[in-house]
Parts: sequence; C-alpha cells; structure tokens
Amino acid sequence: MHPTDFTLAGALAALEEGAISSVELTQAHLDGIAKLNPRINAYITVTAEKALAQAAESDARRKRGDARALEGIPLAIKDLFCTAGTETTAGSRILKGFVPPYESTVSQKLLDDGAVFLGKANLDEFAMGSSNTTSAAGPVENPWSRANDPDTRLVPGGSSGGSAAAVAARMALGATATDTGGSIRQPAAFCGIAGIKPTYGRCSRFGVVAFASSLDQAGPVARTVEDCALLLKSMSGYDPKDSTSADMPVPDFAAACRRGVKGLRIGVPKEYRLDGLAPEIAALWDQGLAWLREQGAEMVEISLPHTKYALPTYYIVAPAEASSNLARYDGVRFGSRVTEPGSDLRDLYERTRAAGFGQEVKRRIMIGTYVLSAGYYDAYYLKAQKIRALIRRDFEEAFRTVDAIVTPATPSAAFGMDEKQDDPVTMYLNDVFTVTANLAGLPGLAVPAGLDGQGLPLGLQVIGRAFDEESVFAVGRAIEQAAGFTALPGLRAGA
Amino acid sequence: MSYTIEGRTGPWEIVVGLEVHAQVISQSKLFSGAATAFGAAPNSQVSFIDAGFPGMLPVINAECVAQAVRTGLGLNAKVNLWSRFDRKNYFYADLPQGYQISQFAHPIIGEGAVEITLADGAVKTIGITRLHLEQDAGKSLHDQHPSKSFIDLNRSGVALMEIVSEPDMRSPEEAGAYLSKLRQILRYLGTCDGNMDEGSMRADVNVSVRKAGEGYRTRCEVKNVNSIRFVMQAVEAEARRQIEVWEDGGEVSQETRLFDTARGTTRSMRSKEDAHDYRYFPEPDLPPLVLESNWVEALKAALPELPDARRARYVAMGLSAYDAHVLTLEKETAVFFESVATGRDAKIVANWLTGDFFAHLNKRGVGIEESPVPAKDLGALIDLIADKTINGKIAKDVLEIMFEEGKTPGAIVAERGLKQVTDTGAIDAAVDKVLAANAGQVEQYKAGKVTLFGFFVGQTMKALQGKGNPALVNEVLKAKLGG
Repeated sequence: MHPTDFTLAGALAALEEGAISSVELTQAHLDGIAKLNPRINAYITVTAEKALAQAAESDARRKRGDARALEGIPLAIKDLFCTAGTETTAGSRILKGFVPPYESTVSQKLLDDGAVFLGKANLDEFAMGSSNTTSAAGPVENPWSRANDPDTRLVPGGSSGGSAAAVAARMALGATATDTGGSIRQPAAFCGIAGIKPTYGRCSRFGVVAFASSLDQAGPVARTVEDCALLLKSMSGYDPKDSTSADMPVPDFAAACRRGVKGLRIGVPKEYRLDGLAPEIAALWDQGLAWLREQGAEMVEISLPHTKYALPTYYIVAPAEASSNLARYDGVRFGSRVTEPGSDLRDLYERTRAAGFGQEVKRRIMIGTYVLSAGYYDAYYLKAQKIRALIRRDFEEAFRTVDAIVTPATPSAAFGMDEKQDDPVTMYLNDVFTVTANLAGLPGLAVPAGLDGQGLPLGLQVIGRAFDEESVFAVGRAIEQAAGFTALPGLRAGA
Repeated sequence: MSYTIEGRTGPWEIVVGLEVHAQVISQSKLFSGAATAFGAAPNSQVSFIDAGFPGMLPVINAECVAQAVRTGLGLNAKVNLWSRFDRKNYFYADLPQGYQISQFAHPIIGEGAVEITLADGAVKTIGITRLHLEQDAGKSLHDQHPSKSFIDLNRSGVALMEIVSEPDMRSPEEAGAYLSKLRQILRYLGTCDGNMDEGSMRADVNVSVRKAGEGYRTRCEVKNVNSIRFVMQAVEAEARRQIEVWEDGGEVSQETRLFDTARGTTRSMRSKEDAHDYRYFPEPDLPPLVLESNWVEALKAALPELPDARRARYVAMGLSAYDAHVLTLEKETAVFFESVATGRDAKIVANWLTGDFFAHLNKRGVGIEESPVPAKDLGALIDLIADKTINGKIAKDVLEIMFEEGKTPGAIVAERGLKQVTDTGAIDAAVDKVLAANAGQVEQYKAGKVTLFGFFVGQTMKALQGKGNPALVNEVLKAKLGG
C-alpha cells in the first residue's frame, strides 16, 4: 500500500506497529504535494523542511514510548489559522507577508498531540466563497473530474477548498478547516471526503482569522468519519482566550462512531425538499435514509418552517460581522500597505483596501456596511437576528423528538471553474443546506454517500443537537459504512 | 434665584449635561492582559489584542467589571445584572480593530443620582442616566515628524467608564460642582484616580440655552474638556455663543465643538451631517455580561465609606459643617484626619489640620499624601498640648520646625528646652519680678484699669521665654495683684 493511501487511523496503527515512520509518511505526502500541487494548488505555503524536522522528532518520541494521540500524522492547515513563524494570508493580498508571532489554539492543540504540519491550505479569500476561486493565491482544482468531460476543471468547493482537495488527492491525511456557512461540509462533499463543523464553541477561535464571529467554527476534514472524530478530539476544548468557547468535556468521538444507530430517531425536514432539487440528490437522500432504517433507526418527518429564510438571513448576518472584522486590515500595523508620498490617512486606507481585497470580499464588506447603517439596521440586521432566533427554535423543537437530522449536503455535485461565476446569488445557493447549522450553532457532518451520473461524489449531511457530536458521528459512520464509498479521484498522490 | 445670562432679549437659562470618561483603575486592560501604567515608553504596553492582530479575541477583565459595579453602587445607581457589549465602528489610525468595544444598548449601570452642594449651601440632585464600560483608543502623535504621524497604542484597550448625566445642571457652577463631586466619589471608591491632567478623566459637555419655561433647544457637545475649571469656562462660553446665535435670528445647529482654552471660546469640530454612522451591533466575540446578585452584594458590603456619609459622621463628631466639608474633599485628607483624631479631641485635631497644618502644606505646594509631617507626629504634638508639656503658642513654633526639620515634636521640645514651665516657684519669681519692674502699671491696675491684666500676662510669659503654663500664670498674677 502506498503511504499516502492510509487513512489517518490506519497510519496511526502503522506507525505504532513500526510498519512506517513519520518521516516516511511525511516524505510521501511531500512528494505527492510536489507532484500535484502545481496543478491542484491546494497549498499556498508548503513547509517541507519544518515538516520533516517535526516528523523526525515525532519518530524519536514514539521510539521513547511517548507517542501522543496524533503522533507523526501529516496534516494540512487551512491558511486561516495563524501559525507562529509561518506566513498566514487568509487567501488575501492584504495579508501578504504576514507572519504571525502566535499560534492559533486549534493548531497548537494539534501540535501538542504530535501532528506534523505539511503547510498552509488554500481557501477562498477570508473564507468567503463556495468554490475556492476567490483566493489571491489562485483557484484550487478539484482532484475529481466528470467521467464524460474529463477536461473541464472542477471547483473543490469552498471556502476550505484547499483543505478538502489536499485530503482527497492524498496530499495530507487530514486537514483543519473552518465553516461559517458550509465551508467545511460543502467542499468535503464536492471532494468525496468527510468533514464536520462541530457545535459553535467546541473549538477555540483564538488565532483563527475572523470572517463572521458568531458563525465561524473550526473543524476537520479527512477521508473517513472516524478520522474526523480523531482530529476533532484533538482540536476541541475550552480555551480561556476565546470567550465564546464552551467549557464542556470533550467526549471520545471515535468511540461514538462505533455506537450504531439502532433505536435512534432520524429527522427528515420536509422543507429541505426544495423545488428543483436534482433528482440524483433526492435519490441519494432517500437511499441514505433507507440505509439508516435498515440499521434500526426510525425516520421521522419534521418541520423546520423558517428554513426558507436561512440563506437571506445568513447573507445579512455574516457580511455584517465581516464588514466589522475586516476593518483592522488597514495597512497601518501589518500586512500590505499601499500609499503615495504626501497622501493622508484616508488615502492610505482607500488604496490599501482597494488593492488588498478581492471582489467578493469587497462585495460582502459593502453589503455588511449597508445592513448595519443607520436607517437600514432595523430592516436588515435586526430582522435577521430575529429570524436567526426562530431558526434556532425550529431546531430546538425538532430535537425534542429526533436525535439527528439527515439532509443532502449540497444541492449539486462539484461544478466547473467557469460555471456559476456570473451571479453571486447563484453561488450563494450552494450553502442552502448548510447555513442553518451555523445560524443555530449546531454540529453538522458531511459524509460521502455516492456518485452522480458523471462519477462525481455526493454527500449527505447529519445535523445534531448542540454538543452532541457523538450522535452525529454515529449516524455519519453508519451512512459511510452502508455507502461503502470506495471511488477515487483521478488526481491523487501515489496513483 | 436661579442662574441666568442676560441677553439683548432678556434672561437665558443654561442647560448642561455631562458625559464623563473615567479611566478605570486596574492592573490590566479591559480585554487584554497588557499593563495600564501611565507614562510608559510608547507601545511598550500593547498586546496583540490591543493592536488588533488577526485572530485575536477580547476576554473581559473581571476587575474592570467590579470597578464599574462599585462606581455604580457609589452613584446610587441601578446595577444591571445583564448587560452586553457592542461594537462601535469607525476608522482611525489609533483604533487598531476598526471598532471600539463599548456598551451601547445595554449598559452595566442604569439610573442613579449624585448630590452636589453649591457655594450658598444649597443642595441639588443631579441625575445619572447610565454608566457603561468601553475600551479606550490609542494616541496619535502628530508632532514627532514633519510628514508622518506616530501611533502609541499603550492606551489602546484601557478600560473607561462613560458616565452620562441627565441635563440637570443649570449653571457653570453646577457643572463644576457635579464634576468635582463625581471625581471625589470615584477617588473615594478607588475606581478612577481622577487625574484630569493625565487624561484619566475627561468630559464631553452638552450645552443648550432656553428662555424660562421653554422645552429644550438644540444642544452642542463640547468634546474632551480636561479640567473642572475648563468645564465651567466652556459652559459659559458655549452658552454665550448660542445666545448670540439665537438673538441674531439664527438657529443653533447640533454639532460637536472643541474648547479653545487659550481663547476661552468654542469652535466647530464637525456638524451633524458629518457625524459618523457608527454601525453599532452586538459584539459577537463576547457573550452577554451576566452578574450574580450575591457578587454585587459582596461588592456593596465591601464598599468604602463615601464622602457624604463621612461628612455626616464628622458633623456628628462635633465638627463644623465647613470643617467636615473641607476634611472630606479628598479621601487622603479624611484618612489623615482620622488617623490623628483617633483617641484625641476631633475638634482640636480639625482646627490644627485646617489651620496651621494646611497652611504649611500650601506654602510648600504639596498635597497631604506627600506631607513631610506624618499623621502620628501631628498627633504627638497635639498630645504635648493636652498634657500641658507645651502651650498652644509654642506648639505653633514646634510645628513649623517639624515641617522644616522633619523631627518629632518630642525631640524638638527636648532639644530646645521648650517644655512648659509649670513650676509655681519659678512662675512666682517671674511674676514678682514683673510686678516690681512695672510698679506704675500695678498702681493703675489697682485703681481700676483692669485691662492691664493682659499686659502683665504678656510680660510674665516673656520672662518665662513663652514657656509658662498660661493657666498658672493667670492664677498667680490674679492672686498677687488682688492681694
């Protein structure tokens, strides 16, 4: 077996048995990156030397009998996580050259558990996008392609497109990602891998470049549900440096994967049967529900009546917070600065931000500024907050009678890089199944469940109660097992 | 009679409300662990949070919250057990995040009241609208380089309390008295040092004018006034300006103005049209601030005695209202007074303190906290009078020597032989000598000119080098002259 074909759990076992070393494992992934990254562009920065040094240290540690939970596992870190001493750009020109002197809590926890960092994964600029085409470092290509149209390059989804593409193409065993409206689950689904956005507050946001603070949540992407569980265990936990992080015990998520679904009540929201839902997606959804029923779960039709307002609500709340969060990129203290001799402060702001931010980021800053402005606040922001509360209540109601909710992850399979680029609203529709979990702060997992007619992966989503990732993992693993998803992308290391 | 300004069209009433920014006394900033000491080298007290670096998050400092609650309790105000932070968005080079974290919609402290005492003895209540916590901005330095501005972020993130009054003040004097009282309360509480020249307390002054019986007219806000005297001057100047505008047939427009301390006038800073749209919204990085009522009760129980209560206690101890007022103005004075007065006659201590002692401090231009004579030495001096070791006149001289030489009164008295003469033999002898030397005056006295008694006392004291016990001298003189 090629070293890049291990699952994360499999690699841990192989390392433990001494079948492979972390240096070998890391080198194999670096070789894969060297071969594929020029095309896929999943990494913005590759820290090969650092990774090999970490791996060597890790091997020594394992030899001493001091192996930690993720000892020697090579990972990709989304370039939204600040990494001490390694440039962190958030996919934006405005942070070009910014080398944080501090480490994000999540990446620090992974380091503390022995992980090896291969580099920084590409993303939509400031995590704003659903196709990874807005990055200042250029677009990421999905390692999958259509069977009957192999020349059309497809998007990996976004914003964690680099993370998902790297994992799918075997350029990392797993990756960190973040999800504000679907940025973990949609790219995971597009790339045929698993990804979980945990409950808001489960992972610290400290050191993660903020997009929309009340929605942002870090989580892992990996090739199996169990791998996600192992990564999330290490990434989670209370952080006094993030006032919104939850002081809750972190359960053994991997154990929860083996719980099974017998006796679980699975909610099927009728409002998610959208008009025009692709028949293949609808069929896959029904198939997933059938698998769960076969394993002893009970299907319950539920209503989430405010679902239709979720997307507009999200596209008010997220840009509003973003317009404020991105005010700090002003060229005064860090990142790039554009100025002319003799120009004043206002000119410095205007030139720096005009040159530093891309089109989509500017659009969202303008939307956000607008909805918070005097005279518009009540009609937009305040109303959106009220609807957000109703959406949260819909879920609370539903979770009185069900243990988890299963829906499609995305309304379609991965699309071409040139498609859906004309109209931002078409692009925003990608988030239709995922934003609700962010607005309600609930855990949501995407799991690969099948292929469409073109041979592209499709995913299902499992949503759970707040801080009940365990049920989500149990259901996700059950779907994964039943689906027996073994298809491989055309572009991958070791192939 | 209420205060008015006489215009061409008759008398005008002034309406004043104050927004006071008071820097919270705390070891570290409102949302970061960086230090807050004044006068440190530029940018030496800045965390990545204060500098608005990517991914940094605010964490509330519990001590700053406690200080705000103490202040609220000291202002007899409602403590809101549920409050929330908002972001106030605007761009400026010394505002690293691009927003200030403040409390807009739900402040930690609600309505309260402060009593002020005016020069004529009248007492007036000024309403407090609210108090909220917010972070300070950094400082822009425009005078360090010919073409560049420098930024010092030491102050960025320091906790401020914004204390908003009702428009209850009607004269410059009332505005000044309110600000003094507020400052006094905060200093007693230990929640703000009140150092206006260091910027730890500054006031935005809202002024409007009106004719008797009218509702409010348009107000203007005079920003960032940094002394009590300037606040009073700004009120007066701004009121006069507005009266002129109205009387010239114009209309006062709502705007923000600055007080030019050199000219004693206000000038426009920005009009309402140029006012920022701050785009306030709830700070998503901080959950609502929820206080336990037991915690508030514990803070209340531990609150120090406030100036009004202290003054009432001093009056009950027998002090005059005036002395009680003077001794409670500064907490340090009151503490000094009480440490001397404990176990001694409070009235005598008050007289010494407000009389000679303050005069010596004033002469040296030092406050009581820097007094070269410690409280225990003043106490010892008063004890020397009480036990008749020295008399009051000598004591005044001893106090002066204490200020000059820094010795204890006991040492000075011993060293200079100032101990009071209570030996009746010595006094007898001195009296005999004085009477013998002034036979003419003795005759006149005996003939009925009794006012000469003081002359004999003076002469006898002189003969005793001022050290005679005044009561004994009187007694002996009376006996000998009467005989």
